[in-house]
Amino acid sequence: MLAKLLPTKKIILPNGKTVNEKRSVTPLIILLVLVFAYLSVRITGFDLELLIKRIGQFFVILKDMVPPTWAYFPKIWIPLLDTIKMSLLGSLLGAICALPLAMLAASNITKLKWLSALMKFILSLLRTLPTLIVALIATFIFGLGTVAGIVAIFLFTIAYVGKLLYEQIENVNMDAYEAMHSMGLTTIQSFRYAIMPQILPNYLSTALFCFEGNVRYAAILGYVGAGGIGLLLNESLGWRNYANVGMILLLLVITVFIIETISEHYRKKLM
Amino acid sequence: MNTIEKQYQLEPNRKLSQIATLLILAILFVWSMSTVQFEAFTANGFTIAKNILLGLIQPDLNLLFNFSSNGILYLLVETMAIAFLGTIVGAILAVPLAFLSASNIVPKPVSFIVRLLLIFIRTIPAIVYGLMFVRVTGLGAFAGVLTMSLTSIGMLSKLYVDVIEDLDTSILESMESIGCTVFEKIRFGILPQLSALFLSIVIYRFDMNLRDAAVLGLVGAGGIGAPLIFAMNSYRWSEVGSILIGLILLILIVEYVSNKIRAKLVRG
Repeated sequence: MLAKLLPTKKIILPNGKTVNEKRSVTPLIILLVLVFAYLSVRITGFDLELLIKRIGQFFVILKDMVPPTWAYFPKIWIPLLDTIKMSLLGSLLGAICALPLAMLAASNITKLKWLSALMKFILSLLRTLPTLIVALIATFIFGLGTVAGIVAIFLFTIAYVGKLLYEQIENVNMDAYEAMHSMGLTTIQSFRYAIMPQILPNYLSTALFCFEGNVRYAAILGYVGAGGIGLLLNESLGWRNYANVGMILLLLVITVFIIETISEHYRKKLM
Repeated sequence: MNTIEKQYQLEPNRKLSQIATLLILAILFVWSMSTVQFEAFTANGFTIAKNILLGLIQPDLNLLFNFSSNGILYLLVETMAIAFLGTIVGAILAVPLAFLSASNIVPKPVSFIVRLLLIFIRTIPAIVYGLMFVRVTGLGAFAGVLTMSLTSIGMLSKLYVDVIEDLDTSILESMESIGCTVFEKIRFGILPQLSALFLSIVIYRFDMNLRDAAVLGLVGAGGIGAPLIFAMNSYRWSEVGSILIGLILLILIVEYVSNKIRAKLVRG
């Protein structure tokens, strides 16, 4: 669209023919980005001077973290396990519930146009709200504790796995499905035998990937009171006990690394 | 035995591994159920859920269409500005780090160390950075921008690296053979290969940063999160409803536009 607005550059070849070269839109895009960046600097009060003067403070905090309080470990491993359990339960339930929803949202399985459009809209609506804000709302409804966190992770997993899954279903090879349908199998039976084998590896891989991400999210859900290790993180940060924060972060990095390695191994096998 | 039965017998026997997988999943499920307690759930929860829904249906329209600096429109613009500036700063800072961690450009030990550093940067949650930067620059949107920049670096450089490692080097060799200088090789051989994919990655990250920027308000780093939590804590549900509606609309629009642009960029 932008390219049509700009006049083309004419090049005359030695044999007399003219060629219209399209103008690049890159300078225009750079200009737009610069304008937006300037406006954003004005709105957010970006101040390089302040940053240079005070950035040392950031490293002071980092330095305080460095010998982590090893003695803090017995206190945090139970909340850490809670965090893992929360994300495991939320991801598992979410991934299971995502399958029927994705079936309803896929326009080649669900013949009712309005139903698939409605399901797609619900899934994208669920995906818009950040997990932490969903957890915040859930703490008001389910009270403080792990249940609110599980609900937030559950909803996010449904939306994420559901979206990737229905896109997958819409792109499968429909031949076997139609053949089974014509032989008199019901929609669910033919879905089970014709489409499930095609989408299963990707479905499991997506669910595992989502679980990986959920462990990271679950770690901070405690910040709004939704259980897990975030509660202790919030407390230690509040008391400015940075050595404890260091211990929590170290443990978190190790846990996430282990879970990522295991899940990556299985995802590679699935592919 | 006919052909069909023979074919059936060729099917690999996966029963054992399937049962084992299901068993492991069941054990994990039961184990993680131990963390669920419903004690905190009271009848009060239903009233609040009903109130939130009512707030969403009857939002505070005055607040929604208010153009002053307390209105939701201004807060949304501020949230977008935080995400935008954070993405730009992160996108620029991530380029050198990505080249330093690409194993086809620098020696293996260097790329390993930089990769380790990036894993550390990525794993620490945005909220923790937010709290640290609030101590550095004081409450406000500036702390949010710094947080977004730092968290963007981690993911952007990881995605950049994948693109850099896929670089087609045969083009560079042919350019060298016709006598191009180093600058020309970078300008006409490398940049065109990277720019579209890099841009697509950055737009994707902007999409994510917008959600994170909405959350950062919870720690006082600017944006729409702080008014949301204040409104919820004081049970002003119509205000909560209007903030949520504004946020959902903004994210839906930005996601739609960014998907369109990215699809165009990748297709060329």
